[in-house]
Amino acid sequence: MSTRAPTQRFRLALVHLALIAYALISVLPVLVVVMNSFKTRRAIFNAPLEPPLPSTASLAGYRTVITQSDFLLYFQNSLVVTIGSLFFVLLFGAMAAFALSEYRFKLNTFLGLFLALGIMVPIRLGTVAILQMMVSAGLVNTLTALVLVYTAQGLPLAVFILSEFMRNVSDDLKNAGRIDGLSEYRIFFVLVLPLVRPALATVAVFTMIPIWNDLWFPLILAPGESTKTVTLGAQIFLGQFVTNWEAVLSALSLAILPILVLYLLFSRQLIRGITAGAVK
Amino acid sequence: MHSLKLTRIVKTFGQVEVLKGVDLEVETGEFVVFVGPSGCGKSTLMRIIAGLETQTSGTVEIGGRNVDATVPARRGIAMVFQSYALYPHLTVAGNMTLALKEDGVPKAEREARVEKAAGLLQLSPLLKRRPAELSGGQRQRVAIGRAIVREPTLFLFDEPLSNLDAALRVATRLEIAKLHRTLGATMIYVTHDQIEAMTLADRIVVLNGGTVQQVGRPIDLYNRPDNLFVAGFIGSPKMNFLTKRFAEEAGAATLGVRPEHLKVDPAGAWAGTVRHAEHLGSDTYLYVVLEDGQEVTVRIPEETPIAVDDAVRLSPLPGRLHRFGADGLALRAA
Repeated sequence: MSTRAPTQRFRLALVHLALIAYALISVLPVLVVVMNSFKTRRAIFNAPLEPPLPSTASLAGYRTVITQSDFLLYFQNSLVVTIGSLFFVLLFGAMAAFALSEYRFKLNTFLGLFLALGIMVPIRLGTVAILQMMVSAGLVNTLTALVLVYTAQGLPLAVFILSEFMRNVSDDLKNAGRIDGLSEYRIFFVLVLPLVRPALATVAVFTMIPIWNDLWFPLILAPGESTKTVTLGAQIFLGQFVTNWEAVLSALSLAILPILVLYLLFSRQLIRGITAGAVK
Repeated sequence: MHSLKLTRIVKTFGQVEVLKGVDLEVETGEFVVFVGPSGCGKSTLMRIIAGLETQTSGTVEIGGRNVDATVPARRGIAMVFQSYALYPHLTVAGNMTLALKEDGVPKAEREARVEKAAGLLQLSPLLKRRPAELSGGQRQRVAIGRAIVREPTLFLFDEPLSNLDAALRVATRLEIAKLHRTLGATMIYVTHDQIEAMTLADRIVVLNGGTVQQVGRPIDLYNRPDNLFVAGFIGSPKMNFLTKRFAEEAGAATLGVRPEHLKVDPAGAWAGTVRHAEHLGSDTYLYVVLEDGQEVTVRIPEETPIAVDDAVRLSPLPGRLHRFGADGLALRAA
């Protein structure tokens, strides 16, 4: 390290400075939310940037969240919706990507572009039509409605990213499978999917976070008490005249936890990299 | 009996005709090498034989059975790929038995076959390892083992040596030749390397531009090439082609002579100047510019004091000249 030229060290220091600044900017708001969730309301307003001290610490927010609302149910709803959507996005996205990258057929490119179009057109533009469809299908106030909408929302990006990755999976490997008598489904599930695991993890993270954080569709499609998600559930503490800030902050702090766990699970896959040794 | 029979195989990708009607018969136990420059259609032809690609027209028969509508797994073939294509999630033994499991071969027989193949290829100590824990040469042996356990009618090798380094390539080449003798199986081997073709093949099929240029024993291709392409492709360094005066004197459009069939001879009829000399120890390659500006390579099987800018006279060995007509086809004395 000491042998490095001074200019290089200076440049490295600048890079680190920029990264540290960016990390602070990203983390600080979250930190403020979590910190203040452990404080009394008076302390939140008097000194919002102060960590909880013995004199200002309070669990009142968490107590309110747990006693005055059915937060466990909201959590469960959010998890069901997020994991369900994630499952279908990854499954159908990967299958479509495999077909697009593996088989030569008419309109292949057109179909690929059509599927990718969804990345550019926000699904919220279709909210009214979606609501009408859900009403006709009798799916309003069900978690199924949310899973369906989020699956549609997540598919374009999934197909786009995964088909790029699947193009890079060795043709020889797939052909070896075919010669050994594996069905196309086995080739897809057993040979190809494990090799694109890092891409799956990337897609999972990009798909999961917007779903977990979404307020729009739960509010419109499933606002009923039994189908409320966490983000919607937290809104009950936001009143028109009085807002129970410590409860809101506690609810939000709690909402971070499951998604954090999921993210850690996937990021391990992200880092692990493509299984070596298949080719070359 | 024929192990493989191809009849008028044509393959087009969109507007491009990759194979323009290939006919071929391969006898049981033969080692046939498809050789040609990249893009000549040799890999496509192999993929059609394997059933990984469907031909636009023509028929493929394997072991006397038309397999045009048969999936790859039921064609009685086994294939070794350039990139080995081992299943990364399976052990060496798992890689070798997967096809047999799919085929419903009983466990005891599977194990017996793996043991036999592993013994043949010195893989026995590696059976429990995964592909990631093997070296390149070991992976290629596993890929070959995976083909052997299937006991196929036809072995297909798709450039199996091109990912190996030079030393390993020679060793594996010998191993494949030995394997062919031991198993007596029919093998088809695709390569762009004419040395691999010459050393391994019973018969070579030279392809260029989607057509078969010549089929024959290696030594016949060397001694009696049918056309300019085969003459230039087989043999290293490649054959010298002379036109103008030299060809006219011989009554041909192009005169071919191999570097090893030219001799430095003070009484030689061809005069020239050495432009460059490569001293390899066992051989010396002289690059000689002839009087009329045409260049030839001369291979001398020993060391020589001849240096750059020396004037030399050359004479071709009698009976070693190849005459080609204006259409590129060999002219042979009637």
